[in-house]
Amino acid sequence: MNHLDPARHVRGESQYLDDIPVQQGTLYAAVVESPVAHGKLLSIDFTAALNLPGVVRVLTAEDIPGENQIGGIVPDEPLLAEGHVHFRGQPVALVLAETEHQAHAALGHVRVEVSPLPIITDPRVAAAQDELIVPPRTFQIGDTQAAWAQCAHVFEGVAESGGQEHLYIETQGAYAFPTEMGGVRMVSSTQGPTAVQRHTARVLGVGMHQVEVDVTRLGGGFGGKEDQATTWGALAALGAFTTRRPVKLVLDRMADMRMTGKRHSYSSDFKIGFDENLKLVAYEATFYQNAGAAADLSPAVLERTLFHATNSYFIPNVTATAYSCRTNLPPNTAFRGFGGPQGMFVMESALACAAEQLSVPVAELQRRNLLREGDVLPYRQPTEGCHAEQAWDTAASIYNLPGLRAEVEAFNARNQQFKKGLSVMPICFGISFTKTPMNQARALVHIYTDGSVGVSTGAVEMGQGVNTKIMQVAARTLGISAERVKVESTNTTRVANTSPSAASATADLNGKATEMACLALRERLLRLAATELQMDYEGLTIEGEQVLAAGTPADTTWEKLVSAAYWQRVSLTENAHYATPGIHFDAQTNQGHPFAYHVYGTALTTVTVDCLRGTYTFDAVQIAHDFGQSLHPQIDRGQVEGGLVQGIGWMTLEELVFNGEGRLLSNSLNSYKIPDLYSAPKTIAVHFLDTPGHPNAILRSKAVGEPPLMYGIGAYFAVRDAIRSFRPGATLPFSAPITPEKVLLSLYPDVLLTTPACASTTVTTSVAP
Amino acid sequence: MLQFYLNDQLIRTTQPAGSTLLDFVRYNRHLTGTKIGCREGDCGACTVLVGELQPDEQTVAYQSMTSCLTPLGNAHGRHVVTVEGINAARGTLTPVQQAIVAEGGSQCGFCTVGFVMSLTGHSLSQKPGTPETALAAIDGNICRCTGYKSLERATLYLQEQLAARPQEQPLAWLAEQGFVPTYFQEIPVKLMALRSAIEASAVSVQIPQNGHSVTVTGLDAATAARAQVLGGGTDLLVQRPEQLREIPVQLVYGQPERRGIRREGTSIVIGAATTAQELMESALMREVLPRLPEHLKLVSSTPIRNMGTVAGNFINASPIGDLTILFLALGASLTLEDTGLGQRRELPLQELYLGYKQLAKTADEQVLEFRFPAPLTTDYFNFEKVSKRTHLDIASVNSAAWLRVQGSLVEAARFSAGGVGPVPLVLPRTAEFLVGREISAAVVRKALELAQEEISPISDVRGTVQYKRLLLRQLLAAHFLQFFPEQLSLADLL
Repeated sequence: MNHLDPARHVRGESQYLDDIPVQQGTLYAAVVESPVAHGKLLSIDFTAALNLPGVVRVLTAEDIPGENQIGGIVPDEPLLAEGHVHFRGQPVALVLAETEHQAHAALGHVRVEVSPLPIITDPRVAAAQDELIVPPRTFQIGDTQAAWAQCAHVFEGVAESGGQEHLYIETQGAYAFPTEMGGVRMVSSTQGPTAVQRHTARVLGVGMHQVEVDVTRLGGGFGGKEDQATTWGALAALGAFTTRRPVKLVLDRMADMRMTGKRHSYSSDFKIGFDENLKLVAYEATFYQNAGAAADLSPAVLERTLFHATNSYFIPNVTATAYSCRTNLPPNTAFRGFGGPQGMFVMESALACAAEQLSVPVAELQRRNLLREGDVLPYRQPTEGCHAEQAWDTAASIYNLPGLRAEVEAFNARNQQFKKGLSVMPICFGISFTKTPMNQARALVHIYTDGSVGVSTGAVEMGQGVNTKIMQVAARTLGISAERVKVESTNTTRVANTSPSAASATADLNGKATEMACLALRERLLRLAATELQMDYEGLTIEGEQVLAAGTPADTTWEKLVSAAYWQRVSLTENAHYATPGIHFDAQTNQGHPFAYHVYGTALTTVTVDCLRGTYTFDAVQIAHDFGQSLHPQIDRGQVEGGLVQGIGWMTLEELVFNGEGRLLSNSLNSYKIPDLYSAPKTIAVHFLDTPGHPNAILRSKAVGEPPLMYGIGAYFAVRDAIRSFRPGATLPFSAPITPEKVLLSLYPDVLLTTPACASTTVTTSVAP
Repeated sequence: MLQFYLNDQLIRTTQPAGSTLLDFVRYNRHLTGTKIGCREGDCGACTVLVGELQPDEQTVAYQSMTSCLTPLGNAHGRHVVTVEGINAARGTLTPVQQAIVAEGGSQCGFCTVGFVMSLTGHSLSQKPGTPETALAAIDGNICRCTGYKSLERATLYLQEQLAARPQEQPLAWLAEQGFVPTYFQEIPVKLMALRSAIEASAVSVQIPQNGHSVTVTGLDAATAARAQVLGGGTDLLVQRPEQLREIPVQLVYGQPERRGIRREGTSIVIGAATTAQELMESALMREVLPRLPEHLKLVSSTPIRNMGTVAGNFINASPIGDLTILFLALGASLTLEDTGLGQRRELPLQELYLGYKQLAKTADEQVLEFRFPAPLTTDYFNFEKVSKRTHLDIASVNSAAWLRVQGSLVEAARFSAGGVGPVPLVLPRTAEFLVGREISAAVVRKALELAQEEISPISDVRGTVQYKRLLLRQLLAAHFLQFFPEQLSLADLL
């Protein structure tokens, strides 16, 4: 079955936010940003801007009719700065002008006066000053203090992982229109239409029913448009509400990069202990999360770091503590993996640290300690349908792990300048929003009298193929051709109170709701058929648009049945509600059963490092992945390949650089590099493990959005392996991303090159060549 | 008045020549298939094709360009193609589009049209393609969703189909196969007619230039004199797009007087507006610098190489300009012309740079062409570049080296180094030290040490001082290891 959206994408006919035909009278908005990272906001003077041609209004916090608050988990984030500014790029005012050029030209004419306050950019500094977003959280099982005594080997260390810019190719934006009811209708490029609606209503001081949010599709989200689309939606709405004219706000790339939050960087301490058989006995980790200036989703991200602190391993004694640290950077937010990757990176660093000191292959430690069926995770959920060993052993066997290791060693023995490295990266990722109440969804399904079907859910299509999957679910459940099914835009008036499209759970939740609605419609239609045809309801099915009685075609088709239902005044519309069964979690005790199920897999990564230049290329990443019973293998393979390369980017090239003043130096695509065609691995092999799936997964097809990103962590350890082949026994810091700079400095740590006394070491922005 | 074909429509517009083609197609013509990703040529979401009538007056050569950095004026007289101009009837996809859909090469779809246009450009290319050139066609397109493998599969599948493309009359075959609509076959005639119409009606001024004259469309002499000279636009439209929309620009891209690569005696002479892609594809350049295509593959991406001019790279004066570094080591010199005074002078490239972004030329002087002594086949030449990402990235440090060895002794040497000072550097003391010496590990090690005294890098987003110093040492060592693999080893040098 084809993924339907791409046929429109390749023709350039898919409509994204900026492609909506402009309504007459539209004003264009541009955002005035805080010029410093922390300070007292003394004044905003926009008189000069108002005198410029085309400038209509400049809005500040004073113009907000409702509450100046868009904080999601913690109410700590104003829409427009008031009193203080907390990060560079914080929205301070909104310029509205007749053209986009005029709006942008006016930005430089708004004077923002700030009296500076001390700036914190380092999460450990923030923690030391008790600048915490929420109280620290600790997940604990067993007794690590007592367990250290039983350990034959104990190792400690520090691991650092950098942030990551989402770099959706479509920047953030919204287009808002005043309604005759005194509210606002808007199109927003958001993963969370309800969040935009809720916060906009709050800002405007109206009911949520006065704010309609519609989403057709996103040009990429990756978590960056989960909570952080709210600002731009609410600002556009504020403009439309105030001026009674349509207002369009689209961020340019550099503004988007400066103003929006990213994946959280973490600095972490670990301590790990093994018995004499190299079985894991105890693990302690302390995570310092760089949350940025406001909570945003940081507490939830922090929680998932704790959930995944032990990755795919069974450890009986664990104490993991996490601090969400307030710094003067843009509020960091959701990004594919949602804190999980950061936790797993520390676990893998601890294992690598131990293996290097024990002089055993790290794969030995990893394999020996993989989760097995029924093992209890630190939050007390036992594994159920555990495929950790199956994934590892399948990957090791079909891709010949011993052979790969031998090849790498032979290559390294022959070559001086080039060294190969190999890593194995197992993953275990929990599926569900860890905030249990969010695991609900609704679907509204209409069958029209001609037999065509419209499905509305809370799912937002952003390239993950959820619309195709929902269409498949509807077509399969109703027994009709996919061509009859249209998946509608995501709209808060058709499906209300939605959870964001996030947590890999979108297809599961919205697919299940769709399945329930379609099952109800099917039952209703077949009961009618039973009456009309005077046949037994049991044994009636619809397949290929034909009604079958015990497998034999009966005298009615889908179209006839639908038509009959209408004339018999039988409802052709169904609204279903789905809530994931069996999940719960107590955030006080940090115990429960938070996940519907887990996804497993293993990746083997080989890299070649040029030890002269410090550059590297990934030869192959070979994966065995637990898809369950894949609903759409092409979409699912695409998620694995794309997630992997995004994870490799995070671990290798993608380096966010802020200076001490909290200014982003890697502020454009020419200074922040995401993987290109040539930096993707030469080979990516994806094996679909033979697993049954899980009843909580839609049609037993497991969630696939986030888990593959964490295969990218293998890239870091493969490069490290190659460096250690060039410098046997070297002690290297655990610090990601492992950029060519870090590689070269690790290869030649002892070279001290003369720096003349007059040389400047000032950090400056670079220039285009 | 700018005149060009946009898909099958003749466009006549008074929009500013220095505004971007992207804004024109999206917001003036409402062709929204072309997307905005970064507005700096780094993502390829806005890729379009620009076709130029060839000297044979029968064919049109199409090149992919990022429309965000294409000055609208550079479309003048040409054929601009957006996705709307290649789409077949509803319900039908072109082979390029089919390949991408079939392989799952489109997820969110925002970058997709850029890939479609790049691959359509590859299909239209007049040279026979290979899997490598097919992939190179999409090397300027960034995708954040797919991880590229599906797009690679689509590209390789497409390349197999293109194997059947005939050498003669490929356009007829391409139209028949549905790669492009049939109106493409009429474009050469239409561009010829357009050229005649432009020549008949254009308000042109002839500026005398020592026997040459430069046609400046639409500008009177006084305006032309203060106009901003704009080449491919790949730097100026990144740095100050707002300004370029407001001021008169003098377009030099595609001017026949300033294009082309020729041999003059023992020198190679290159027109100022020659593009990086033209260098890469030139048989003459390959004859004197056989590894040039390999070096230039490290320089930006296919669409940017199609647009960016060599002189633009020189004049932009970035301390890490790749082409500048390459030609510094080749001993290039510029021919500068002052159109007002009617004067012309030669200036060694290395003397052009006085300080950070400060040039030893007057505002009225323009680069007409530049030349360098053709290396002997026995000479050594190498270019090295390391950036965070190997391709489509700005160097952390780059360097080029040229050596002439007579017997066992170095007779002459030139080294250049970028990213390690306020201007693109040559390393005269390092070069001087080597002259008259025999290559040995000890000599090279000494040269590497000397080079450290000639550089003054600063820490910035491209790397720390420590890294840049180490990297330059490595890249200089790389030159020698490349030149003398039998005599030197990595362990001896580092």
